[in-house]
Amino acid sequence: MHPSVALRIAVTGLSALALAACGSSSSPSGSPTTTGSTTGATGAITVFAASSLKEAFTTIGQQFEAANPGSKVTFNFGPSSTLATQITQAAPADVFAAASTKTMDTVVSGGAASGPQTFATNTMEIATPPNPTTPVTSLADLAKPGVKVAVCQKDVPCGVAANTLFTQNNLSVTPVSQEVDVKAVLSKVELGEVDAGVVYVTDVKAAGDKVVGVVIPADQNVTTKYPIAAITASKQAATAAAFVAYVLSSAGQQVLAAAGFASP
Amino acid sequence: MSRRGRSVTAPPWPVAVPAAFALLFLGLPLLGLLVRAPWGRMWSVLTSPTSLDALRLSLITATSATLVSFVVGVPLAWLLARAVFPGRRIARALVTVPLVLPPVVGGIALLLAFGRRGMVGQYLDSCCGITLPFTTPGVVVAEAFVAMPFLIITVEGALRSLDTGLEDAAATLGAGRLEIFRRVTLPLIGPSLIAGGVLTFARALGEFGATITFAGNLPGVTQTLPLAVYVGLEGDPSEAVALSLVLLAVSVLVLVLLRDRWLRTGAAS
Repeated sequence: MHPSVALRIAVTGLSALALAACGSSSSPSGSPTTTGSTTGATGAITVFAASSLKEAFTTIGQQFEAANPGSKVTFNFGPSSTLATQITQAAPADVFAAASTKTMDTVVSGGAASGPQTFATNTMEIATPPNPTTPVTSLADLAKPGVKVAVCQKDVPCGVAANTLFTQNNLSVTPVSQEVDVKAVLSKVELGEVDAGVVYVTDVKAAGDKVVGVVIPADQNVTTKYPIAAITASKQAATAAAFVAYVLSSAGQQVLAAAGFASP
Repeated sequence: MSRRGRSVTAPPWPVAVPAAFALLFLGLPLLGLLVRAPWGRMWSVLTSPTSLDALRLSLITATSATLVSFVVGVPLAWLLARAVFPGRRIARALVTVPLVLPPVVGGIALLLAFGRRGMVGQYLDSCCGITLPFTTPGVVVAEAFVAMPFLIITVEGALRSLDTGLEDAAATLGAGRLEIFRRVTLPLIGPSLIAGGVLTFARALGEFGATITFAGNLPGVTQTLPLAVYVGLEGDPSEAVALSLVLLAVSVLVLVLLRDRWLRTGAAS
């Protein structure tokens, strides 16, 4: 009996090495209201999109399907860098929407897509807990000793943006944690474990009353561009192009604006 | 129960084929790590400040978590095996919960209990200014929470299957309860203590989910090796592979040592 127990326990231990956590958001946005122009696009397409687009793109997808009977949009939301890797490894994507131009560039230079267009921009905001232990009311407060700040880790777009934000404002901020993604930063704020987290404007909006946003003045802020492109190898090229056009249309822009994104 | 040395030489194919598949399934991913490892710049990756920080932190925290487990876990194992008290069955079940709980859930649970706003954590903060999240002791807490059950269960099993005759003999000879525990029981369960300790250390070393959820991720403070591997995947995947090999090497070493030890114990009892 002993050896089998040992083995079972050992296997559990080993598998834990490979365990990884994924965060995802789950707050739905408003129901579709307006419909854009009908292009007559049909068929099923798969859209790979950055996780920060989840709420807005889900709504846009529903509207697109309503405007184009016979079409079906399936989403794969995830970190832009992971999605880019999947696409360059020939994952069956028809459209790619990234949270950074740098990530899109890796796909374009690999020949998987061409002619990306910026469809939205996002800026940073400070998220604070509703009942703060140490109140944070400005960007400069983040550099104060004793203020616990969470940011994204340096290799993901929101971490890059946070670092740029600190350097261009000459702030020396020592975060208590570099979280794996923006939603993880947000949850540390919601739980009150940190006094402030640097996240996107759209995240503060999506979190509702669970966090309180501290607006960063435009002249101090950092802007992130969101590019979109149809994938060259798509078997539904017409529908993919129609979806890209829909996102750029006034109907699509309206949904993005409602989620807190700015137009390019 | 193990029949080493008297094994069947030619297993029938309905056994051999699936067995070979299982072995391939378990072995191929590890082979993948070895093949794709950046052997050329292995040394420079492993001696980079980030790697060394993570390695140092991992060794310190995993050792601390193992020590903590010994100090409080072995007495609990003894209690569960020997003492009769109300709620013993519940206590026994509670001990196994961290084994089956997804570590991320464990991390959230730890936050809700020991976080700055947690049930216990808010008083630790207001009375003594102690906050565990985002600190190295927080990493030890997360690792001990996940790893301690391995020690408790191993030692409890050993105590339950132990022949109590020697302890009874010691008692009739006039030894006190503490002396019996120290001079008779402990030496008898020695192999299990070592096996449980090694398993606990290995599990603590590989801990990821509870650590990143409860203690966060900051190089040099809470970024252990598994966290450095995960974060590395976003930036430099080959660095992540190199760091994974360190964890793999430690795991294999531990398991080889342990299996030997365990089989010997099994044969002896």
